[in-house]
Amino acid sequence: MKKPILELKNVTSGYNEIQVLKDISIEVFEGEIVTLIGGNGAGKTTTLMTISNIVPATSGEILYYGKPIHKKPADVLPGIGLCQVPEGRRIFPRLSVENNLEMGAFLRKDHKKIAEDIEYIYQLFPILKERKKQPGGALSGGEQQMLAIGRAIMGRPKLLLLDEPSLGLAPLITLKIFEIIEEINKKGTTVLLRLCNGNGKNYRQRYR
Amino acid sequence: MIQEFKSKGKNYLIGLIWFFLLLWPLLGIHSDGTLSFAKAFYVWFYIFCASIIVVTVYIIHKKGLTLPLVKPLASATNKIYGYAASMPKPVLFIIIGVIAFLFPFFTERYAQDTAINVLIYICLGLGLNIVVGMAGLLDLGYIAFYGVGAYTYALLNTLYGLSFWLSLPIVAIFAGIAGCIVGYPTLRMRGDYLAIVTLGFGEIIRIIFNNWMQLTNGPNGILGIKPPAALIPSFANGFSFEYLYLKKLHYLYYAALLLAVFTIIVVSRLSASRIGRAWEAIREDETVAEMTGINTFSLKLLAYATGAVLGGIAGAFFAARMRFVSPESFTFIESAMVLSMVVLGGMGSIPGIILGVIALIALPEVFREFELYRMLAFGASMTLMMLFRPKGLIPSKRMGVRSEEKEE
Repeated sequence: MKKPILELKNVTSGYNEIQVLKDISIEVFEGEIVTLIGGNGAGKTTTLMTISNIVPATSGEILYYGKPIHKKPADVLPGIGLCQVPEGRRIFPRLSVENNLEMGAFLRKDHKKIAEDIEYIYQLFPILKERKKQPGGALSGGEQQMLAIGRAIMGRPKLLLLDEPSLGLAPLITLKIFEIIEEINKKGTTVLLRLCNGNGKNYRQRYR
Repeated sequence: MIQEFKSKGKNYLIGLIWFFLLLWPLLGIHSDGTLSFAKAFYVWFYIFCASIIVVTVYIIHKKGLTLPLVKPLASATNKIYGYAASMPKPVLFIIIGVIAFLFPFFTERYAQDTAINVLIYICLGLGLNIVVGMAGLLDLGYIAFYGVGAYTYALLNTLYGLSFWLSLPIVAIFAGIAGCIVGYPTLRMRGDYLAIVTLGFGEIIRIIFNNWMQLTNGPNGILGIKPPAALIPSFANGFSFEYLYLKKLHYLYYAALLLAVFTIIVVSRLSASRIGRAWEAIREDETVAEMTGINTFSLKLLAYATGAVLGGIAGAFFAARMRFVSPESFTFIESAMVLSMVVLGGMGSIPGIILGVIALIALPEVFREFELYRMLAFGASMTLMMLFRPKGLIPSKRMGVRSEEKEE
């Protein structure tokens, strides 16, 4: 049997006294696109934040390639190929588009390949190339979302966590973003996607 | 034009009445309890007339009636700017360097003294710029590290007789350690909380200087600190080097210039580096910075320590120049001054901060005669700056450039 790339075993987590996740178990296999679906306050974002250890898990285990990562600080995770696009287009608003993308490759040292990857992002999102010298905060909502995804891809993730990439975007742009997610997936990145109810396309629903 | 006056007039009138209400208690209530209106009204009337003239000129300008006057002026300044921009950067640096080098030859003691002050504050401002401008951590107790540097050199010199240049690395280490000690517990906080806690730590360090009688001699301060020394070539009996304490002001000026240039190089190298970019990412969004793989805590601590080291070096020079330190030099108002220099000049921009320092140190010296109204003018100019140039005199370049403007 194939081993899961990411495995959550009875994870509990929350903010101070408020327990949000109660005994969550998820398995994500290599090459999949897995979608988390649930109503408001169901804990979708918290699940992703717990995987990234921004919100620490209070009990349970998170395994990545079979190794526990719930004790590791959030800043080492991109180095082992686990990148997250946080909710609500959180880019670096006063850094230029180019610098934003470079920040995504912060832990990488292969300058030549970084330059190649930036070109690849510009191919995926040509609008970013036109605006590469502009501050990220001057982009439109859809462009900012593209930039946030681009920045995460710059880390060459094996597993990409996407938190609500379609939030507040026009249907056409949403479609485009999903096309690109599929393209990244075909190139060998596993994707854990978080959506609101029934938004976007029919991805395979695994849990919740 | 009448129309314009009508639309703006209401707000303008309210503003003038409000101003009178502010002005009257200052000028009209006397210490013996009597009240008078004449003097306040007199001053108010002057300001009223002046503001009417300013507003009229402004409206005429808006209408474009001054265009034939302004246009040649604007094109001339544009030409100068264009010329300066087209000049290769090294040439610009060399010109500024030569001017800075030749400065003492053409100036009096007083001007040199002010220039040394400016140079010290440039070091301080650039150090604080790392913490506030680049890493985005609002530090209200920055002057404490200036104090740590000054006291470290003062004690090393008076107790162990160590020379200035030998003390500098030790001062840097001590200030860095102080930065880490203060930074370690405080940097878990963000935003407003951090500002308040740094304010507290700044005061704690000052109070330690004030009360640790055995070591720092308390409020009496430490006397008899030696100025920096240097080997100066002398041609009196053949060629030899002379070991000289730099008591003369222009020698001190060169020492200060050396430190300022060193600071400028350090800060500009840092801001162009990977660490500088990481600091900027932390300033923008700490959580996301962490998600892109930046160890936010250690980098914040590094920013704090680097700022402390630069501030400490400036402090050591301050002690060497004054040859006296006391806790009074390291009060909160100094922190606030350095912070206003950074904000006024433009956070994150090195030329901006240099300009901000010159504006806040040199200009008050020029306007010494209006001593009484200095703080008033200071407050007014800060308010106007925040209204019209909120990003500072020379905004930082890294804040984004339009793609059409700069294409390589």
